[in-house]
Amino acid sequence: MSSCPEELLYTPEHEWFRAADGTVGITAHAQRALGDVVYVELPAVGTELTAGQSFGTVESVKSVSDLFAPVSGRVTAVNGALGEHPELINQDPYGEGWIIRVAPAGPATGLLVAAEYRRQIGEGQD
Amino acid sequence: MQRTPLYARHTALGAHMVPFAGWEMPVQYRGIVAEHRAVRTAAGLFDVCHMGEITLRGPRAGAALDLLCVNDPRTLTPGRAMYSPLCLEDGGTQDDVIVYCLRAQEEYLLVVNAANRAADLAWIRETLGARGLGDVQITDASEQTGLVALQGPAAMRVLAVLLAEPERPAVVGLRPFRFTRAAVAGVPCLVARTGYTGEDGVELACSAEGVVELWDATLAAGTPLGLEPCGLGARDTLRLEAGLPLYGHELSAEVSPLEAGLGRFVRLDGRTCVGSQALARQAAGGPPRHLVGLEPEPPGIARAGALVRDADGRQVGLVTSGTFSPSLGRPVAMALCARGAAAPGEVLGVEVRGRAVPARVVSLPFYRRRRDSGVVLS
Repeated sequence: MSSCPEELLYTPEHEWFRAADGTVGITAHAQRALGDVVYVELPAVGTELTAGQSFGTVESVKSVSDLFAPVSGRVTAVNGALGEHPELINQDPYGEGWIIRVAPAGPATGLLVAAEYRRQIGEGQD
Repeated sequence: MQRTPLYARHTALGAHMVPFAGWEMPVQYRGIVAEHRAVRTAAGLFDVCHMGEITLRGPRAGAALDLLCVNDPRTLTPGRAMYSPLCLEDGGTQDDVIVYCLRAQEEYLLVVNAANRAADLAWIRETLGARGLGDVQITDASEQTGLVALQGPAAMRVLAVLLAEPERPAVVGLRPFRFTRAAVAGVPCLVARTGYTGEDGVELACSAEGVVELWDATLAAGTPLGLEPCGLGARDTLRLEAGLPLYGHELSAEVSPLEAGLGRFVRLDGRTCVGSQALARQAAGGPPRHLVGLEPEPPGIARAGALVRDADGRQVGLVTSGTFSPSLGRPVAMALCARGAAAPGEVLGVEVRGRAVPARVVSLPFYRRRRDSGVVLS
């Protein structure tokens, strides 16, 4: 059973967003569904993102998925370690496998809290 | 959706189950890359119970097989197996199968692709009926048959542990494409030195009831030697690295075995089989397309259906299968390209999500196992 940390917000497309520092990643559920991640395509620092729009891709041995921005804003950092070690997304999706940091242009809207996201992916309480 | 007798084992092992050809099958347990590496370095165990088993029986079963197979079955004797495409009159491929000779001229077992089982049965019945071979008894034994593949450099060591002393030497000494009957972990099996991974190993056919015990005993015996349960995901990356065709990708009703690079399994000399005229014409004139290996530049994986273009942007082919090769650590693909359009060393372009990616043409297979690591068995 995948975990969904309570302090994060979630998109219906399986990204997580930490409002405290603007960090974005994909959920444990998403990395498990994808399987072994082999490539991650990331935007450059400074790119302006629009909430709900694709900002990159995560590719696994068996499939490829778009990454969707949880909020609008400017990319302030990308996780460069993913270039050499994309498997960090599988190993530690909420930690070392983070993807980008965003300076939000405004408050996050339309995101799910952990309990709502768990319901969406068909999981009960952890 | 059908489930194999091993379904409960897969869910207990935490497998990620997916639909495949009407079956609910494990795509991975621990992860495709880890499972792939286990097969290349130690051993893997695959549930392939979804595959179909069809038997041909009767005094004219040999003649029936001679009509159905484009590979030459006439030299098959009991204990020998053969890979063969089955072709349509126009040379397109109905299926690709392994034929096991149970009794010379009188009884054969065909292991067929799960997705083609019903179509193969209908095609065999129709073909034999139309050619006056309606007396051959055709049986679908799929529901009663369990099938697992034990593959990898340590596969024969694992198997040896599961065999009783009197049978052991003959079974572990089987040559490629030979088979015998033996009790494996006490379960009566047909043990064949065959596989679909590019590694050494065996495929074990038994009763549908016996396969659960066979699976459990094989996992228990193999785990100390590094064996892992493997899903369809690793099966696909392993066969792709080994350049082995998958029906529906490299082979189909629209693709002949000659185009797919399977010329050595098309033996028409002095024979008339379904499709032999079309294939002989194609062999004489040269097939219009040919299967090649591609190494697209990372990142990004060219997957089935991706367009292949030449330096001038003209479409010259289509990717039939593509993945990330765990052994090479890079993307690989197979593609059907127009004759003369894709010579080894040439750089073509493949479309990956709307972007043209350079891809070098290489000869197949991508991976060939070392044959010098003979395991000594007592």
